[in-house]
Amino acid sequence: MVSIMGNRRFDLENELSHDIEPPVILLENVCKEYGDGMQAIKNLNLEVKKGEFLFVVGSSGSGKSTLIKMLLKEVSPTSGKIYVLGRDLGKLHHNAIAKHRRNIGTVFQDFRLLPDRTVFENVAFAQRVIETPMKKIRRDVPNIVSVMGLSDRLDAYPGELSGGEQQRVALARALVNNPVLLLADEPTGNLDPKNSWEIMRLLEDVNRRGTTVIVVTHNREIVDQMQKRVVHLNKGVLANDQKKGGYSYERY
Amino acid sequence: MKGINTSLYGVGQGIKNIGRNRVFSCASIATMAACLFLFGIFYSIIVNFRSALDTAEQKVGITVFFNPGITEEEIGGIGASIRTRAEVASISYTSAEEAWENYKAGLPAEELATFGEDNPLEDSASYTVYMNDVEMQDSLVRFISNLAGVRKVNEEKDLSKSFSVINKIFTTIAVAIVVILLAVAIFLINITISTGIKVRQREISIMKLIGATDHFIRTPYVVEGILIGLIGAVIPSVVMYFCYGGVTRILGENFSSFLSDATFVDTKSVMIVLIPVALIIGIGIGYIGSSMALGRQLKKIEAAGNE
Repeated sequence: MVSIMGNRRFDLENELSHDIEPPVILLENVCKEYGDGMQAIKNLNLEVKKGEFLFVVGSSGSGKSTLIKMLLKEVSPTSGKIYVLGRDLGKLHHNAIAKHRRNIGTVFQDFRLLPDRTVFENVAFAQRVIETPMKKIRRDVPNIVSVMGLSDRLDAYPGELSGGEQQRVALARALVNNPVLLLADEPTGNLDPKNSWEIMRLLEDVNRRGTTVIVVTHNREIVDQMQKRVVHLNKGVLANDQKKGGYSYERY
Repeated sequence: MKGINTSLYGVGQGIKNIGRNRVFSCASIATMAACLFLFGIFYSIIVNFRSALDTAEQKVGITVFFNPGITEEEIGGIGASIRTRAEVASISYTSAEEAWENYKAGLPAEELATFGEDNPLEDSASYTVYMNDVEMQDSLVRFISNLAGVRKVNEEKDLSKSFSVINKIFTTIAVAIVVILLAVAIFLINITISTGIKVRQREISIMKLIGATDHFIRTPYVVEGILIGLIGAVIPSVVMYFCYGGVTRILGENFSSFLSDATFVDTKSVMIVLIPVALIIGIGIGYIGSSMALGRQLKKIEAAGNE
């Protein structure tokens, strides 16, 4: 009885704390217009809670990449507010942008690895950049590379790896600093189905450990099968937001 | 500790950058070395020229003659007035007898005999006044000419003027050439660093993406620029240090008649100024060149990311 009461109280506290905790991402009436007059994002409102797994889908020019760039503070919205981890990005000073990005892991379709550095050096680079002591780098890098199943490729160069392996190295680099948020922009765009699923399983695993994951993708099969939250952008407008959706919900 | 690690990493990367960008780095180092070597040569010439001028200037004096029948006391008074002037380095008195004795020494005996016991220079007692700087001659001559009892002041006007004109022309030419060469050095370092940044544009954008501070991104390139400047300064400094003594000795031996009694400034006196100045210029130019390139190239990378 006590145990049941205890569990219920725990659930209630958990629920309350979930409500009190600020969302990882909050967009309020965000618009983005580029210099050439193109409106990439139109009045977008979006909230992503801690621990969520979210797909962002939409055709080319729908504003997916602009959304990622705004979250990384590579570009600023023309109007509206963006909060990441409770911080108003509009008020972020130039010098604070680097620290803001340290909370976010990023993975891209083209992997963005440094071709003249080994797997170890590529992953260590992310820690170097944030001034991690060498002792910690030597400990953390092999650990995360091992989670990605690449322990035996530490000394290999990106050119010696398959696409799937390269993306796993990129994922290791994105995760080595334990980011609160992981942004993956078309992570399976250059991969075959087998490697695509491997990457998605790794992302799901990362999400299970508490990291909020946002995946921008065109991969209909993956979105449909994983049944996660799906945000559909159409010409910069939030067309659909399904809690457990699929690409097949697309009607726009 | 973090700062030290990052700085060491930046220095390491800066050294690697020089190796990666070998051709441009070598060209920049060579240009910088050539500029500072020329600077060293000009500096050595100017220092020695100034030293020769100082020596010559010390021999340029004003001669002050007195009115006939002036008393010893009045001459003493004039001497005291001259000594109060700041331009005066030293003053010496030549009596009429001494002037005659000096003059007699240069005359043939038969000619000398015609003078008998007379002193034709009995009104030629004089003061010879030496100055701290020949350029002060005009003001001093004006002052002495107005003193009571002074009949005439002889000055070496042309000599003093030509000394200061030569000095000014030479310094101006030297400064102009060195400034032009240093501008070329800044330009070359700028190109070297810009090329390095362009080659590593992708690396820099990845660094920015994963949270590298501007300081972290800039450090290797600033170190690269400073190292190019430093190496470019050390090479001519070493060459100058070891060659200066030999060159001045050879010049002294071969052109002793032309250079008359002029002596060269010793190696230590020249190098104690030349080497630190060359190093500061090298490091400064390296820093300026790399900072200029960084400012421009990083803005371009940022603009490309925003497209």
